[in-house]
Amino acid sequence: MSTNTTEKYQIINSEGGLLLQLSGNWRFQDGIPDIDRLLKQLLSTKPEELAFDCRQLENWDSGLMTFLVRLINNCKENNIQTLQETLPTGVQKLLRLSFAVPERKVTRRAILGQPVLAKIGNVTIEMHRNWNDLLAFVGELFYGFLNFLRGRARFRYSDLFYQIECAGPSALMIITLISILVGIILAFVGAVQLRLFGAEIFVANLVGLGMAREMGAMMTAIIMAGRTGAAYAAQLGTMQVNEEIDAFKTMGISPIEFLVFPRLLALIITMPLLCIYADFMGIIGGAIVSATMLDISFFQYFQQIQGFVPPIHFIIGIVKAGVFGILIATAGCFRGLQCGRSASAVGFATTSAVVTSIVLIIVADAIITILCQLLGV
Amino acid sequence: MADSPHLDIRNLTMAYGEIVIQENINFTVNHGEVFIIMGSSGCGKSTLLRHLVGLIEPSFGDIFVNGINLWKAALEERNQIISRNGVLYQGGALWSSMTLAENIALPLTEYSELNQKQIQEVISYKLSLVGLAGFEDYYPSEISGGMRKRAGLARAMALDPDILFFDEPSAGLDPVSSRLLDDLILELRDSLGATVVIVSHELASIFTVGDNSIFLDPDEKTIIASGSPKELLKKSSDPRVLNFLTRKT
Repeated sequence: MSTNTTEKYQIINSEGGLLLQLSGNWRFQDGIPDIDRLLKQLLSTKPEELAFDCRQLENWDSGLMTFLVRLINNCKENNIQTLQETLPTGVQKLLRLSFAVPERKVTRRAILGQPVLAKIGNVTIEMHRNWNDLLAFVGELFYGFLNFLRGRARFRYSDLFYQIECAGPSALMIITLISILVGIILAFVGAVQLRLFGAEIFVANLVGLGMAREMGAMMTAIIMAGRTGAAYAAQLGTMQVNEEIDAFKTMGISPIEFLVFPRLLALIITMPLLCIYADFMGIIGGAIVSATMLDISFFQYFQQIQGFVPPIHFIIGIVKAGVFGILIATAGCFRGLQCGRSASAVGFATTSAVVTSIVLIIVADAIITILCQLLGV
Repeated sequence: MADSPHLDIRNLTMAYGEIVIQENINFTVNHGEVFIIMGSSGCGKSTLLRHLVGLIEPSFGDIFVNGINLWKAALEERNQIISRNGVLYQGGALWSSMTLAENIALPLTEYSELNQKQIQEVISYKLSLVGLAGFEDYYPSEISGGMRKRAGLARAMALDPDILFFDEPSAGLDPVSSRLLDDLILELRDSLGATVVIVSHELASIFTVGDNSIFLDPDEKTIIASGSPKELLKKSSDPRVLNFLTRKT
């Protein structure tokens, strides 16, 4: 904004020294005059004192105060004394308040321009700290589990049932939708290729095996990571912000036992059940495609699955779901308890929980698949 | 405009659904007055403040700001009136993803035509007024609760509002900061003619800065005393008011 500074202030050389004449309206909504020219002028003359003439000053607010604070600070740095008693009383009082607590120079931080090596170092330290925290968390979780086995774990069973309800029945709708769609997609993709060989009936094998061994557990886990794992991180993160976690600690109650354990048990219980349900829904999705596109009856389809997909594949899927449940609850609760003390930290914890869960799910799936291969199942 | 009171509350009823918090509330706040809303915990002081700043629509009654009925005004006019308010919330309510400087800069960027350099100068001045000079680059999570509150005040004052609302301003502040805040409230009133409405329990502050006040009672669900806090202490015969003002049980 261009401001005609000459209208607002003028430097006058009087007998007693320099006089700054302020006139007109000094409301910051009208703009604050540029001070640099005035500072240059002051530095060139280097007077001992600067007085103010405010007889023509009309309305003023923070516009004038902002201008004067900067001017006085600059004058102080250059050993020019400002005669503040020549300013209106209200201005003097606000200036006194403004200078009551001196600026803490050390507190102003340079947040930019960190060297690359320092950044790498900081990231490494952060990763190391994260890893230590995770190990400590897993250790505490294991200790809590031992307490649970000995019947000494302190948590409310009402919390456990509530968490089971949130993680189980409440998730059925989304699991149904996604699983049926996954079954349909698998059947479609298989049908296109298998039709070339006149082997459409093997769509049942593809869907049955795919859902039972991989996709049922995997899709349930991905849904639960986004739905329940994120919720755990947000819940515990918000409790961290509100100092509720600290309140547990100061009462000698372990947040791991009281908060994490019900959530972990809830997912260990519900994930395998949801996986069985997802397997069944996926197979129904495949049946719909087989019946409508491939002229394979429901009877033929299910008979094919019964004959060629033995229970061991379902069991492997269910075991995977249980492992994924442990990972999702661990990642969600770990990130939640690790959360900072602000709203943005809760957002970060939630995102981080979902990303961690998904990475862990994929890694665990690969490990279990290799193990199954080695064991010949 | 200047002839009418700054705030005029007529027959206000505040309720959450069927539960009435306070009813038949009538009072006026004049231009340049420091007005205190007092009462015991849970009587609805903060709820009244939320009504006055336009966050909650009254169940019944009217709120006039400079003679304009806040909830009967067109949406644009209401938003304009609300944007001229400065509000300090109990916990500061700073936006956690922004630094203190960015918190104060946002209203200045939205509602003024200052350039970036001028905005930075205003920010430095506002932070210095609340004793936080040099903390521009800090995030709210990196400073103490009392500092957050003071930074919230700097943000509330960013646009030199016509009227400032304070919800428990002294709570959580050390005595020196609390005293500086009282001085600042009086200076804002004296120098800039700002009207100040304060919800407070802090007796020292109430007696230092309050020109006028009302006392809300949770049992009678209405105002049971009004007037200058010092006058109420001298003249009120209501034991509830006297007990509050003299810290007796």
